[in-house]
Amino acid sequence: MFLARNLLCILFFSVVVPLRGQVIEVCSSCKAKTIKKGIALASELDTVLVKKGIYKEYNLVIDKPLTLIGENYPTVDGERKGEIIKVKSDNVTVDGLFIINVGTSYTEDYAAVRVIKSKNFLIQNLVLEKLFFGIYLEKSRDGRVFHNKIIGDAIEEYNSGNGIQLWYSHNVVVENNIITHVRDGIYLEFANDCTIKSNISSDNLRYGLHFMFSNDDLYQDNLFENNGAGVAVMFSKRIKMYKNTFKENWGTASYGLLLKEINDAEIRGNIFKENTVGISIEGSNRIVYEKNNFIKNGWAIKVRGACYTNTYVNNNFLYNSFDISYNSKLNDNTFDQNYWSGYTGYDLNKDGIGDVPYRPVKLFSYIVNRTPETIILMRSLFIDIIDFSEKVSPVFTPDNLLDNYPLMKKHL
Amino acid sequence: MLKILKYSFYDLIRSRWSYVYLLFYLLLGFVLLFLNNDLSKAVITLMNVIIILVPLIGTIFGVMYYYNSKEFTELLLAQPIKRSSIFIGQYLGVALSLSMSLIIGLGLPFVFYGLFQSNTIWEFSLLLITGTFLTLIFTALAFNIALYNQNKIKGFSYAILLWLFLAVIYDGLFLMSLIIFESYPLDKFSIGATLFNPIDLSRILILLKLDISALMGYTGAVFQKFFGTNQGVVLAIVALLIWVFLPTYNIHRKSKKKDF
Repeated sequence: MFLARNLLCILFFSVVVPLRGQVIEVCSSCKAKTIKKGIALASELDTVLVKKGIYKEYNLVIDKPLTLIGENYPTVDGERKGEIIKVKSDNVTVDGLFIINVGTSYTEDYAAVRVIKSKNFLIQNLVLEKLFFGIYLEKSRDGRVFHNKIIGDAIEEYNSGNGIQLWYSHNVVVENNIITHVRDGIYLEFANDCTIKSNISSDNLRYGLHFMFSNDDLYQDNLFENNGAGVAVMFSKRIKMYKNTFKENWGTASYGLLLKEINDAEIRGNIFKENTVGISIEGSNRIVYEKNNFIKNGWAIKVRGACYTNTYVNNNFLYNSFDISYNSKLNDNTFDQNYWSGYTGYDLNKDGIGDVPYRPVKLFSYIVNRTPETIILMRSLFIDIIDFSEKVSPVFTPDNLLDNYPLMKKHL
Repeated sequence: MLKILKYSFYDLIRSRWSYVYLLFYLLLGFVLLFLNNDLSKAVITLMNVIIILVPLIGTIFGVMYYYNSKEFTELLLAQPIKRSSIFIGQYLGVALSLSMSLIIGLGLPFVFYGLFQSNTIWEFSLLLITGTFLTLIFTALAFNIALYNQNKIKGFSYAILLWLFLAVIYDGLFLMSLIIFESYPLDKFSIGATLFNPIDLSRILILLKLDISALMGYTGAVFQKFFGTNQGVVLAIVALLIWVFLPTYNIHRKSKKKDF
């Protein structure tokens, strides 16, 4: 009996409570003809249902817990006058809108959707076009940005904004978004404990994903393709990077992944394919690189200095023009049990581990660091000869930089 | 000329050496694919082979053929045939039969391993094209050396020296000059210096396909333009054509004036 009453109670609350809010419809023949009116008419926990149509509105402020839902993707046209939706309350959902023409300003960062000092927000199924900033989360927390499509038209870095920006926002999940043609696809500044998952960020001017002063974040299963540079992680601690794909980031200052002043990060199971530089590392310590695939990059890993106690285990280095490049003779990093496609040693006892250590840094990469024009001599017989003699007795490259247990077969 | 070409060609095709050459490539192709099981890695290895071995074999074979068929050439010279057509015909006979061995020898194993289904087909055809170019160029150079030197031993040593110079020493000097003058702008110099060596040219042509991502890493406007657009490929191919034309023309010129 007690159980039944309890069940009834649960049923009552789960069915009735959400229905407590009213549904306010917005359309050209409804009582609320504009979204602004609809929001004004709604009281707390109501749903504002926007029917299909074109609404030329901007500066819509949501200052109470509401659900703003579009039916069949109504268009909200800001006519380039300013910000479009501002969320200033906790527990707000914005869903299913097509938002275009966000204003451009050089003094204010106008966004299609801005969330200010709010908790438990949900921004989903939005399509944003012709924007300055896309979704801007400001001092907010515990929210979710899910399944949005952001298509920018950025041409110059200085007058374009970011797709999704998190500023002083913590514990936010950014999932399944598609972001193209903006400045930074996703930008995190002072944002901790966030999860960036299964997004596609491509053709952006600067970075696909950009971390600044953000700690304890996780990003996984994302695809970064053809951006100015794939991902830049700077001045952050304890970032986890799992199973992402970094592809075709080409150019003179282009990287799959740029690490600068990063400590205690984990980089596992990522794929770096056909980038000019797979990973460029500067001033980064105690990072674990495990089970990554570096395929056909110009430089798989470029170490620029001040990198200590990093470990590289079980990675596959396949057909890169240069596997590792160092600009100093000092090495404090460990390479262990990686597969190198350039390895020419043998395995007499058949334990799957080569009997001769592998030297991933070639003399030629040292020469190219010094005189970049010499890149034109790559794969020449003469270069092979001097590389070989350096391999036999290292003079210019760090002599303790060795993989003592190179794998004979690719790590799967 | 066509008759002589045909004669030389058939003569060579029947000779043991073409078969050895063909077999060598067949074996190389199969062994590479057998050991690697990966077309793209095999293409990289093949590139090294093509850039080093094809010129060597072209030069040696060219010089050898010229000296061996000297008596026959003298017999032909007694006939009312244009001198240039005798020598150009012989040259083309050697060069074409060598190219054919190369294309068939390397082509067959790769076709068996499913080249047409893979996306390395462009890289592979580029390899064969540059291989053919190198054969044409180095056989012509060999004929030139042979025409200028009556002495067999001298001719052979010059031919090997030429190969050694273009394949190894040239790049060494090139690298030294780049490092010595590293504080000067070197873009134009380095591209120019590449054009003067057919082996470097073919290497660059293949690099443009294989290592483009690394080449894009260098910050120089001239390099960017050269590597980043089709300009590089076009320029390299034009330069290779010139490299074929010049020695061939010199065979034509020299053979007219030469005393036998």
